Amino acid sequence: MSEDTSRPFEPKIVAFFCNWCTYTAADLAGISRMQYAPNVRAIRLMCSGRVDPQFVLAAFHDGADGVLIGGCHPGDCHYQEGNHNARRRFELLRLMLRDMGIEDERVRLEWISAAEGDKVQRVCNEMTEQIRALGPLRLVTVPRWHAEEAPAEHVELVGQVTS
Amino acid sequence: MLEPDGNGGLTSQPISTNGSPKIGVYVCHCGLNIAGKVDVKAVVEFASTLPNVAVARDYKFMCSDPGQELIEKDLREGLINRVVVASCSPLMHEATFRRATAVGGQSPFYFQMASIREQVSWVVADGEDATDKAKALVAGAVRRVALHEYLEPRRADVHADVMIVGGGIAGIHAALTMAEAGKHVFLVERESTIGGHMAKFDKTFPTLDCAACILTPKMSQVRSHPNITLWTYSDVVGVEGYTGDFTVRVRHRPRYVKEELCTGCLECIEKCIHKQGKFADEWNEGLSKRKPIYIPFPQATPAVVDVDPEACIWFKTGKCPRTCIEACERDAFDFEQTETFDEVKVGAIVLATGFKAFDAARMPEYGYGLYPNVYTSLEIERLLNAAGPTGGEVVLRDGSHPKVVGIIHCVGSRDAKHNLWCSKVCCMYSLKLAHMVKERTGAEVYNFYIDMRTPGKGYEEFYDKILKEGVHMVRGRVAGVTDEAASPEEEGRLVIRAEDTLIGSVRRIPVDLVILAVGIEPQPDAQDVRRTFNISTGVEGFFTERHPKLAPVSTFTDGVFLAGACQGPKDIPETVAQAGAAAAEALAMVDRGFVMLEANTAFIDEAACSGCKTCVGLCPFSAIGFDEERQKAAVNEVVCKGCGVCVGACPSGAAQQHLFTDAQIFAEIEGVLAYV
Amino acid sequence: MTATRYTYYPGCSGKGVGRAYEESLLTVFEHLGAGLDELDDWNCCGATAWPSVDEDQANALAARNLALTEQRTPGAGPVDLVAACTGCYRALVRAEHVLGERGPAAQKIGGGLASIGLDYEGRARARHPLDILVNEIGLDAISAAVVRPLTGLKVASYYGCLLVRPFATFDDQWNPTSMDRLVAAIGAEPVDWPLKTRCCGGSCYCGGPVIGVMPEATMQLSYALLREATKRGAEMIVTICPLCQFNMEGFQDRMSKRFNHPLDVPVAFISQLVGIALGIDEKALGIKRLLRWRLPERDPIAAGVGSAAEGGGDARA
Repeated sequence: MSEDTSRPFEPKIVAFFCNWCTYTAADLAGISRMQYAPNVRAIRLMCSGRVDPQFVLAAFHDGADGVLIGGCHPGDCHYQEGNHNARRRFELLRLMLRDMGIEDERVRLEWISAAEGDKVQRVCNEMTEQIRALGPLRLVTVPRWHAEEAPAEHVELVGQVTS
Repeated sequence: MLEPDGNGGLTSQPISTNGSPKIGVYVCHCGLNIAGKVDVKAVVEFASTLPNVAVARDYKFMCSDPGQELIEKDLREGLINRVVVASCSPLMHEATFRRATAVGGQSPFYFQMASIREQVSWVVADGEDATDKAKALVAGAVRRVALHEYLEPRRADVHADVMIVGGGIAGIHAALTMAEAGKHVFLVERESTIGGHMAKFDKTFPTLDCAACILTPKMSQVRSHPNITLWTYSDVVGVEGYTGDFTVRVRHRPRYVKEELCTGCLECIEKCIHKQGKFADEWNEGLSKRKPIYIPFPQATPAVVDVDPEACIWFKTGKCPRTCIEACERDAFDFEQTETFDEVKVGAIVLATGFKAFDAARMPEYGYGLYPNVYTSLEIERLLNAAGPTGGEVVLRDGSHPKVVGIIHCVGSRDAKHNLWCSKVCCMYSLKLAHMVKERTGAEVYNFYIDMRTPGKGYEEFYDKILKEGVHMVRGRVAGVTDEAASPEEEGRLVIRAEDTLIGSVRRIPVDLVILAVGIEPQPDAQDVRRTFNISTGVEGFFTERHPKLAPVSTFTDGVFLAGACQGPKDIPETVAQAGAAAAEALAMVDRGFVMLEANTAFIDEAACSGCKTCVGLCPFSAIGFDEERQKAAVNEVVCKGCGVCVGACPSGAAQQHLFTDAQIFAEIEGVLAYV
Repeated sequence: MTATRYTYYPGCSGKGVGRAYEESLLTVFEHLGAGLDELDDWNCCGATAWPSVDEDQANALAARNLALTEQRTPGAGPVDLVAACTGCYRALVRAEHVLGERGPAAQKIGGGLASIGLDYEGRARARHPLDILVNEIGLDAISAAVVRPLTGLKVASYYGCLLVRPFATFDDQWNPTSMDRLVAAIGAEPVDWPLKTRCCGGSCYCGGPVIGVMPEATMQLSYALLREATKRGAEMIVTICPLCQFNMEGFQDRMSKRFNHPLDVPVAFISQLVGIALGIDEKALGIKRLLRWRLPERDPIAAGVGSAAEGGGDARA
């Protein structure tokens, strides 16, 4: 990510949308021509339960300032309970991310059903605005597995390297 | 490829590929849908700079024959061995382009789609932003497809039997269509008779055919058809399995009468110790009373009586001479009956669960429940019906005939406080009721409407006919029905207050009887039903079709089809058409005998599996087995539905998902972030 | 009996045309142990006129009162602002809604408040005195305090439009009953009639003896109310809005001539009637400000028989 200080900061948000609900809702938002912030890049998975916490970390490492996970409402998962698993993992992941100094607003789990195109629009706009206000991602410590490498360019380091 | 591993499951060989990736990127204009916002040429140029991209082209309509031919040609000539198409949503054309890839000679799964229409051109306001986002998504797809593996499409057998849930006109028509095609059909109906709402009507628009006359022959055909197993007073309590192989559990509620023995002679009803009806007759919309032992209407199918345990003295106190048993020559009673269950395997399911009429009590301004002579349209249908509570007479509660009748359209519909949608049939049935009420009683009739919606075949002509009969039309939403009398003519009558927008004046019209044209709503248990069958509903609560224009009878759950008002308000001709369509699509599936399944099943890399069993318990379909001896988990790829939950949870990365491996997703993440 | 004190918002009419309403409300509330303390430095709420000129400004006007209430009652919990005139009540509730949505309008209003050193946190809630009487003080407590049950007096409760439209807050939108229940609690007989919430034409007259915008429309509308109430047997009409009270009471002579229907119906504020039942002096209730006031002869009130709590007095003569 180039250090283009002439342009105001525009966050990059990676989204993991489940095929049956959220991705379909995003399509519905498209069909309905609902305009929303271009900062969210959606990656389609079959189920929110497929989201591995490593995906979230990889996204941050690769340049994302925020990660959005979208799944079906509880009780409505096409595969019964995949979204419940997503939620459990997400809660634990959030604790870990806090330790790393990543603000809560940067990772978001939303239940969006196939009919809720407007929710996709609203959540994307909201999240983009929030993260724009927060600024680029800044890590408090360098994650251990990156200790040997130089930190990813876009990440601003605050505090000591500990390992 | 898939091979049996001797453990009851199937494992795939190590991922094989078609050599080093040579990617072809095709950016679609989609007319102006994409090209009007995204700089397609810039995206093509950008794509050509990405790693492994051998060819980058753009074309007006990639999904067309020439568009697909571009892909097939490049594949055949060996220029590329992987394909990325940047166009609409994968939910739209992934299948199309996978087919093109296969036609070109590669496995269809060496393909990835980037949605730059629904996700970009249609939702991003600024052209530059849109182009940037399109580039990012294309980069993601390119990085991902480089890691795709060879996969064979999988097939599963489809069971030959079919189930239809709901025995109204939709379910009946679908059942007969499929039964005539030689398929065995289970028709499950919750009420004690089939016929649905249509059986309650007197006449149907626009032909004014007698509803029972056109429906009962079909009902009898259902009863006698050798290929139809008719289960009434039954409901579906559970569905397991998947496309082509559903296991459905059906509960049969006790009628306390043996269906196979009852001939429908109705002697038992006559001989019941209750001399008269005492309990609200639901079939007659509560307008008459029935005994605890009853049959909904004379042509009920099957012609079997029901015993209402809430009302029957025997069930409530245990003390009754049970004259009904005596009266029965066939000894058909069985007061010990309990609910029974059946479990059947079917290949396809058609949902035809119908609708519920809007509850007029939710609009107190119209006086339903407050003033006795305010009726709903369904109640009037029962009054008009010769087999109804008044033998076809339209009367006020005191038995007299009305001289002036007001019919209020759009009750509960087109209303921000209740239901936003138009219920489609009410204008037509209100005109029909206007005609019939006028014919039966000679009353003056006023119809109060917002817009007159008469789009079907013969409908506008019907409207014309009603106008010529002298029915008064007042265009204006009714503010309220009141018994306040502002002048002597209004004394003792109901007054309808509405603005007559065509003359620009507020009118007060005194009437004797008010008919509320209640709208169509989803059934109250629609949410439970849709969860049982694993489909979704829209915000209004009607079942969601796969595509509103192009796939109105299938759902996102393969093998489950929709017919009738459960999918949205519609009239009888449309219902029958849709039921026929659902039957046809279900038949196509069953006749073909197999369905193609998604290739995205999970598999376990044994070398990495540590035997922690995290995945085993997580699988909602119990598709993961565990070999205790070797301490390794294994996925049964036939049962696996491809959700990926096990993959997300596996601590060692041993569990992977075809088409969604960790490596592929990491690459996609990198791709969408690295360049733009 | 509650021993709370409420912050009270009189509104412009409380000091003018609706003075009797304020007098009776303050006295009755005090009597019931729920005193009303006037909000210091309150301003006009914008009523029904200002929103059609500038919605944001109108909401800001109302919001200032809400913010002042919060300032007056620091702390964390919710604080009630009792607004007597239903028009003011509606204006304050509307402002609450707009601020609660936290949209651009709320930002604007918040900015306006901040510029005069005020802040709306969301604690202040507008409450209608009918709501407080029926739901906070409670009908049982009021019944127990009745010393002159108004047995046999047939009273029609007129709610007017603003209490239930565009949204009902503490009573049913189509068939509100709080006032009817209050009438029953003080021993009188509530009359059921279909025009409880039908418009009286008040806004058309826009307050005051100056001939307003559509006097004919107001006459027709208010006459319909009086006609129907009396037809159903009402001997008195009670109301909760100064404008409604004024319209229905003030033009009966004119209406009698216009519609050839002699009318002479007392139209009072519900608080005045409650006050009478509680044994409070007529003067303190502003009875003299009414154009006509009459408790029917056959009413045992004069005899001071029994109390509502004991289950009613003698049969009517």
